[in-house]
Amino acid sequence: MSDGALLEVSELAVAFGDLRAVRGVSLTVEKGQTLAIVGESGSGKSITSLAVMGLLPAQAKVVGGGITLDGVSLLDLAPDELRRLRGEELAMIFQDPLSALNPSLTVGYQIAEMFRRRRGASRAAANERAVEAMAEVGIPDAAGRARSYPHEFSGGMRQRIMIAMALALEPRLLIADEPTTALDVTVQAQILRLLRERQRAGLAMIIISHDLGVVARTAQSVIVMYAGQAVESGTVAEVYDAPAHPYTLGLMAASPSARTSRRGIRPIDGNPPDQAALPTGCAFHPRCPFARERCRTETPPLRRLPSGRASACHFAEEVLAHDRTAGA
Amino acid sequence: MTPVTSKPSVLRRFGVGPVVAATVLVLFVLIAVFGPMLLPYDSVTTRVGDRLLPPFSTASDGTFALLGTDQNGRDVLRQVIAGSRVSLLVGITVVVVGGLIGLVLGLVAGYYGRWLDAVISRIGDMQLAFPSILLAILLAGALGPSLTNVIVALAVTRWVIFARVVRGSVLTTRGREFVESAKVMGAGDLRILLRYILPSCMQPLLVAATVQVGLTMVAEAALSFLGLGVPLDQASWGSTIANGRDYLANAWWIAAVPGLALTLVVICIGLLGDRAGDESDPAREVVAR
Amino acid sequence: MIHYLVRRLAQSVLLLFGAITIVFLVLRVIPGDPAALILGSQATQADLAAKRAELGLGDPLLLQYVRHLGDVVRLDFGDSWRLGGDAFAAVIDRLPATITLAGFALGFTLALGFPLGVYAARHKGKLADRAVSYFSLTGQALPAFWVGIMLVLIFSRTLNLLPATADGSAVALVLPAFTLALPFLGWLARLVRNGTLEELGRDYVRTARAKGLSERVVFNIHVLRNTLTPVVTVLGLILGHFIADAVIIEQVFAWPGIGSLMIESIQNRDYAVAEAAIILIAVFYIGLNLLVDLLYFALDPRVTLETV
Repeated sequence: MSDGALLEVSELAVAFGDLRAVRGVSLTVEKGQTLAIVGESGSGKSITSLAVMGLLPAQAKVVGGGITLDGVSLLDLAPDELRRLRGEELAMIFQDPLSALNPSLTVGYQIAEMFRRRRGASRAAANERAVEAMAEVGIPDAAGRARSYPHEFSGGMRQRIMIAMALALEPRLLIADEPTTALDVTVQAQILRLLRERQRAGLAMIIISHDLGVVARTAQSVIVMYAGQAVESGTVAEVYDAPAHPYTLGLMAASPSARTSRRGIRPIDGNPPDQAALPTGCAFHPRCPFARERCRTETPPLRRLPSGRASACHFAEEVLAHDRTAGA
Repeated sequence: MTPVTSKPSVLRRFGVGPVVAATVLVLFVLIAVFGPMLLPYDSVTTRVGDRLLPPFSTASDGTFALLGTDQNGRDVLRQVIAGSRVSLLVGITVVVVGGLIGLVLGLVAGYYGRWLDAVISRIGDMQLAFPSILLAILLAGALGPSLTNVIVALAVTRWVIFARVVRGSVLTTRGREFVESAKVMGAGDLRILLRYILPSCMQPLLVAATVQVGLTMVAEAALSFLGLGVPLDQASWGSTIANGRDYLANAWWIAAVPGLALTLVVICIGLLGDRAGDESDPAREVVAR
Repeated sequence: MIHYLVRRLAQSVLLLFGAITIVFLVLRVIPGDPAALILGSQATQADLAAKRAELGLGDPLLLQYVRHLGDVVRLDFGDSWRLGGDAFAAVIDRLPATITLAGFALGFTLALGFPLGVYAARHKGKLADRAVSYFSLTGQALPAFWVGIMLVLIFSRTLNLLPATADGSAVALVLPAFTLALPFLGWLARLVRNGTLEELGRDYVRTARAKGLSERVVFNIHVLRNTLTPVVTVLGLILGHFIADAVIIEQVFAWPGIGSLMIESIQNRDYAVAEAAIILIAVFYIGLNLLVDLLYFALDPRVTLETV
């Protein structure tokens, strides 16, 4: 069902000075498919996506690995070449649409800018296209509202504007960083519906979320990140049905919107580790109910399990087995 | 204020700037206090033969004029030393007097609130309705030139700034738990004010005072420059500059030297005040002028 | 909105009323004979007696005050003994010179301070940035009247480039306007620098980059647009300070504005003119503060008057 890989990230490492925020993450986004990245804040999921966009903060640097889009290595592009891909091929929307929009420019201007600066459209033509784009994402009275400022819209409408802006030039990949976290439940559903429409039209997405319900409704495959590493990956159906990593298991238990409630597993105790002082061995072991001596000394690699999924746990099979018995 | 002995650790903590600034200021205070005794300035005697001698000249009586002489043959160095005493005296006295008035009114306004606060704050607002230097000029002009009048004119225009600073910190302290519990314990207003509230006002008050000493010194020089400051028989940096303005073409040093001295001292005060006030907010600075 | 306007206007009127009161108190309550103060030292005994009667100095202070308020509202400050004729007219006569000077100073401040601030922000932590910081710190503390004299020394007396005093030519504006601007130049630069850095860290900048806009567009359109708002509002405050500081600077350059008129009047105890000048300056000062507040609402789309 896939037409091949659109985006491939391999062994990506990002550092803030001496701090390794992302430590060897690999992921693949197939054309027209959606990948979810799940994890607590500070797990490196946003940094990974900013690295793909080439928008890392000034203090952060890619120190290893590769990123290719349709076979083109993004890390080898000149800054200006990468810039030209943004908007055209890659686009991104953010958690808080109010702060992500420029407060002193009208929303119409901010959308029209894509056509004017990137496509050389005339002011009038660009404005017209902007109004069309706003209408397409379901903003009523788009022509009149184009002259309003971001603060004059509701949260949901602002996120629609962000989406209209991001998709203006019909990019192939949209990265959505917690697109619904700041919105209330009914508005969340509307935004997800809008994104699903675009998926059906062939848009590939990376959706970053800590909300497993959102992930279940939008993504085909999922990567779970912990302390800058991928600890589990697979299809959403498989991973949700039977997690193969204790951390994923804990996330499921903690999530009110996960599909099934599981007995016998408590939400995860403790806090995410300090990036400057990671535990030895498996970074998750101080919080892990399955932890043994081996976890303290030996870092588990992300290894393939049957059916193409992967887990970075020494005792993945045990976790799978436990899950089946507990969930029965 | 004697950073030289413990130089290495102080340098590491604050950098070179503040150490240099503190050294300059200590020197300035020493010169202002003891200088006039060593090199007294005589404003009356004029020596026509020694008019407008450039720096590093020798006067007719054999004395060495390090910084030259003015149009009446008076030594510029001695004038500048005498001026430093006026400058220091005015700067310190105005800030102490204005600071005390501001402290008392700020405490009262902040602690008792209601109509007392309304009256004091409104008077402050009205006074800041026009630039403080204008009020000082008007007052000094009406009172006539004298050292006391300059101090009065400047203190009257400065108290508002201190009162605002103090009132602000009283308001934040007043609601604190330890003040409330002192009240519950039956402590009187005066006791609460002195024991609990006053200490929390001291740090911001001292920062404001440091900055104001510098600004007051500039204001005094400006008044004296306009002929509204200290009388002519007392040399002020401002009046020496005014005097030198008429001889710019052939004796630049008369105006240049006292201005340089004033600038140096004020910048050093600013450096220390900035350190004490940490990252200062530029929007606040203009208000404090 | 109307409510806010009315409240802000009433506040300004109250402040002006306070300023008039303070000036009245300074001139009437301080020791000395107000008649002598008003008429000046040349007045004869008969003049003084007549003036005392005219001023109603025998009346209670409150009555005098109310009468004085009425006079001020009618812009009647009395006659100038020194210039002969109406004191207020004499002040108005000098107004254009001061406005021109302050206007040029504002031009200098903007034309130099804004680019300097942007430059410092783009080179944060580098030598240029620290230089701007130090310049801003010291610029405000400098005795401006002395700096003016030193500029005359350098550019007029030594290099012979610019006139030292008002001679009717436009270049005569350069030195006084620059002297007036100097303390605020660095101050504005630091304001622009801090504002720009703050804006550069905001999320919308990341969005603009995510849109694939060039750094030039991100900076010139998105960032500067937001830096500009506080700058425009602060210009009014700076202009107010210029009109006040001009009192001393005009004296340095013999500039024929309100400021030098006020100083000459005080030096010559011509208090009718001095009072008219100081009240007019207060009107400007208060009016500019009011304007700044209103501008703030007009310029920032986020702030609506309903939210006040």
